[in-house]
Amino acid sequence: MHKELIVQPEKCTGCRTCELICSFVHVQEFDPTRSRINVFNFEKVGFSVPIVCQQCSVAACMEVCPVGAISRSDITGALEVNHDKCLRCKMCTIACPFGATIYDPIKDIIAKCDLGKGDPMCVKLCPSGALTYQEPTQANVNKRKAYAAKFKAVYEEVG
Amino acid sequence: MYGWTGKIARINLSDGSIKTESLKMSDMKDYIGARGLGTKLFFDEVDPGIDPLSSDNKIIFLAGPLTGTIASSGGRYNVVTKGVLNGTIAASNSGGSFGPEIKYAGYDGFIIEGKAKEPAYLWVNNDQVEIRDASELWGKNTVETTDLVKAATDDEAKVACIGPAGENLVKFACVMNEYNRAAGRSGAGAVMGSKNLKAIAVRGTKGIRVADNKRFLKAIMDARAKLKAHPVTGEGLKAYGTNILVNILNEHGGLPVKNFSEAAIFSGAEKISGEYQAEKYLVRNKGCFGCSIGCGRVTRIKQGKYQGLGEGPEYEATWAMGANLDLDNFEAISKANFLCNELGLDPITMGGTLSCAVEMSVKGLIPREDTDMELQWSDPDLLVEMVKKTAYRDGFGNCLAEGSYRLAESYGHPEFSMTSKKQELPAYDPRGQQGIGLNYATSNRGGCHVRGYMTSPEVLGIPVVVDPDATEGKPELLKLFQDLTALIDSAGLCLFITFALGLPEIAEQLRAATGVELSDEEFLQAGERIWNLERLFNLKAGFSKKDDVVPRRLLEEPMLAGPHKGRVLELDKMLPVYYELRGWDENGIPTGEKLALLGISR
Repeated sequence: MHKELIVQPEKCTGCRTCELICSFVHVQEFDPTRSRINVFNFEKVGFSVPIVCQQCSVAACMEVCPVGAISRSDITGALEVNHDKCLRCKMCTIACPFGATIYDPIKDIIAKCDLGKGDPMCVKLCPSGALTYQEPTQANVNKRKAYAAKFKAVYEEVG
Repeated sequence: MYGWTGKIARINLSDGSIKTESLKMSDMKDYIGARGLGTKLFFDEVDPGIDPLSSDNKIIFLAGPLTGTIASSGGRYNVVTKGVLNGTIAASNSGGSFGPEIKYAGYDGFIIEGKAKEPAYLWVNNDQVEIRDASELWGKNTVETTDLVKAATDDEAKVACIGPAGENLVKFACVMNEYNRAAGRSGAGAVMGSKNLKAIAVRGTKGIRVADNKRFLKAIMDARAKLKAHPVTGEGLKAYGTNILVNILNEHGGLPVKNFSEAAIFSGAEKISGEYQAEKYLVRNKGCFGCSIGCGRVTRIKQGKYQGLGEGPEYEATWAMGANLDLDNFEAISKANFLCNELGLDPITMGGTLSCAVEMSVKGLIPREDTDMELQWSDPDLLVEMVKKTAYRDGFGNCLAEGSYRLAESYGHPEFSMTSKKQELPAYDPRGQQGIGLNYATSNRGGCHVRGYMTSPEVLGIPVVVDPDATEGKPELLKLFQDLTALIDSAGLCLFITFALGLPEIAEQLRAATGVELSDEEFLQAGERIWNLERLFNLKAGFSKKDDVVPRRLLEEPMLAGPHKGRVLELDKMLPVYYELRGWDENGIPTGEKLALLGISR
């Protein structure tokens, strides 16, 4: 079973270290707009939500690609883009419901989370434990449930 | 260009001109960025004798070379101007994401000159810099202003602004960014107000490069591992925020009570402590940009008349508006702190000024008819009301808005103002810490803890354990702290890293990021250069040796009880040694030899 990148927004401090290391690893610059993970800070209610590719089992990006340029890595389970095949039609960026697949205009590539090829630096540097990389065990399910309850409470207060 | 962008935007509000200029590499090397480089630019361009509220004053927003990179807690910027509260050189430091966004827009910062005819705000969208009409924003608080500016520009824009306090030229009005972060001290917000400048919004989508990717990554991984492993930055500040200091300082016998008039031990300390805050009110921790510490507190008061949600209160605010007013009502302190953020006030000077007024009133030195409400200790409603009145200069708030020195002087007793160079002292009684007292006296912006945080060695034993009551060795240690702090502030790093990191880790990050191969000692010397330039500015602005003091009370009235009972601040034992170490003459004026060594021309 592949490990998953698990996001727990209730632990996130909103520091955006993940954006910095992601852009540095992938484009050798500190540029949050080119990071494959972004944190959205809702300052007024004190809540932060990291958004990143969920490596969906039924993946809209993969389904919609007209040339089959997106495929799942046997090693990590990440959905990866074959830049040689890719037409840059950007249909995947439209299809992804999370906006987690982006077009990098400077490199002219479709960019998305590749789980750091099995060693995600964002997880390594996350200071709060909001990002973890682990096998999807029952423990994770429990964590998600706990988070869902918290999210619901915050959502009700905000909404 | 690595680390720095090498560019600034110069905006003249009087004639509406906007220019992009290149920074000199020699200035960047010598003065690093943010506080240091801002001071250099200011020193070269502005006559120190000007009235800080006149259109001759300038206000510089400047990031550092590490701002916006993944350096250890590297999200800071500085606001450099001539301070309104006391006329010293002011470099007011803030975190959040505003500083990094300046860099992503392609600038190191902005020099803002002149005065707009009508209320205005700046919109910096990468290369596009516009002066826009802010008449609809005038009168709004910082939360409303931030929301409106984001709606009119870009929801992802980062906004720094002033509240009503800045508009009303309250002498300790602050600049707020992203709702909750503040360039808090010296009255930088009033400078913006005097220029009719309500806000600055910045959106940037450019990257920052560093000189040596591999080396920089190694340096930051090393620094972050040390921050994580250290009990203060890895555990204490995470768990309890800066309010972890309440109980520590109280046990030390150094938490000032009632305007420093009583023993520095507060009976209600537990109820305003970080532990209590975490148990009762903490929503979650908040980290500034790229910070692995996350000392910020999102606090919610769920019900009652002090209901609210916001960040803080931090230790200094909790003390200034709590113990210093003999008040242990954490909910009222939080409310007052939220109001300070919304209205744009520095809570340290707010609390210090109110505390001074209460002491004078209780002693019969301020007539009851002047004060709207009865001024008394331990009154939560008095605090909350007076914060509002101060921001609007309403009634007695108009006196409070001048700060404690002018207030106490106007009633004939300036000795009750607990200030150094007319800026209110922070939360450490110097009779229980000789080194912090020397820092108060010599700080280039007056009463301040973040110019040379001697509490670290004297109370926390970091990086070395020293006797807080000793005067020997303090000038040496303070000089090192002041110079290192100037370097950290100029690099764009947060001072809190110094609990775990020292000069070698900071210098290595700077070298790897900028490609400037200065030695550790040369970087530290840049800090010393910055300190001396700030000193020169103040001397030219009319300050002298006589201003390197603390209030008489701390020199003459012995501590009444606790571990430091019977002690006063022995400033005269330390100050001459300090001057000599600094290479200054007996009047505290840098010698020609020292300035030549540092490469500063008068």
